[in-house]
Amino acid sequence: MSFVKQSQMHARRQSRNTAVALCLVGLMILTVALSLVKLRSAGPTEGFDHVVRPALEDQGS
Amino acid sequence: MTDVSLNSPEYDATFGDYWALLKPRVMTLVVFTAFVGLLAAPSTLHPVEAFAALLFIAIGGGASGALNMWWESDLDAMMKRTMKRPIPSGRVTRDAAVSLGVALAGFSVVMLGLATNWMAALWLAFTIFFYVVIYTMWLKRRTPQNIVIGGAAGAFPPLIGWVAATGAVSIEAVLMFALIFLWTPPHFWALALFTRMDYDNAKVPMLTVTHGRPSTRKHILIYTIILSAFAIGAAFTGLGGIVYLITAIICTVIFMRDAIRISRRNEDIAEADGYAVEKSFFKFSLLYLALLFTAILVGSLIGPLEIFGGWL
Repeated sequence: MSFVKQSQMHARRQSRNTAVALCLVGLMILTVALSLVKLRSAGPTEGFDHVVRPALEDQGS
Repeated sequence: MTDVSLNSPEYDATFGDYWALLKPRVMTLVVFTAFVGLLAAPSTLHPVEAFAALLFIAIGGGASGALNMWWESDLDAMMKRTMKRPIPSGRVTRDAAVSLGVALAGFSVVMLGLATNWMAALWLAFTIFFYVVIYTMWLKRRTPQNIVIGGAAGAFPPLIGWVAATGAVSIEAVLMFALIFLWTPPHFWALALFTRMDYDNAKVPMLTVTHGRPSTRKHILIYTIILSAFAIGAAFTGLGGIVYLITAIICTVIFMRDAIRISRRNEDIAEADGYAVEKSFFKFSLLYLALLFTAILVGSLIGPLEIFGGWL
């Protein structure tokens, strides 16, 4: 394979890998944002078991 | 670059090649109609959840597109319109396309379920199954009603958007489904009348070939009449409102007028004026659906106006 062809192939791979990386970062941000929204909308819960605790609701009010 | 170099093992598909597998133009329609379904629904989602829902519905649509291209790569290679797609042109392998399609289908369904609710995820899974298995693999090459069946697959996104917001199917969601389902056949058959498609080479039974052009003209009129009833009827449901009613009446009158003109013409008259009416009908059909859904969107944003005792 010539150097020119190899260089073109590397350029294509780099551009594809960069695009995939950006998609993954975007997905990661979305997952974190979704988790935060879900946790906030779930009301008072304890992180380890995701069960509503009336005791915590009392403290919050 | 020649096809030989594209097919050689040295060619690495670019991100754009994989992107093209997802049929981005179809995804635009999917996103728009799902967005309308989401906003028209009586319940509201948090903006982040709504964005995620649209994204995963779009990815599900893209996955269907990739699986469709995987299955139809032999057919695509035979038709001018599709022979430059990533698989027939050798830019992406069939194995890569099916892997991408299956992975994105599973991912989008699970993520939509987690982001919104499992009923919406179930509808998305059914849509992908319907489009890929029922339409693409089973019925497309067996029946001249393939456009009708394909139209059903494309009609699910607003329903999924609605279910994502409310958790259930309602009459309004079914009506939005019906609008796209009934709109697709006249839209596509009008295109088939004025373009010389090479479906014959690919052995796909198109209505214009199996039943003839006069029959296709009648089919366009029949579907347009049924569509008109649904389009105007929707004004008197939760989707409606004065904005929608006025839009639906004006657009439906124009659409019906052209459908009647198409049904009264024959090939000699159409060829004499270069299929002017068929072309005009096709162009307006694009605007028709866009305007109906925009009117639903506007109506849901401005809320009900107190007209006729709050009826509209």
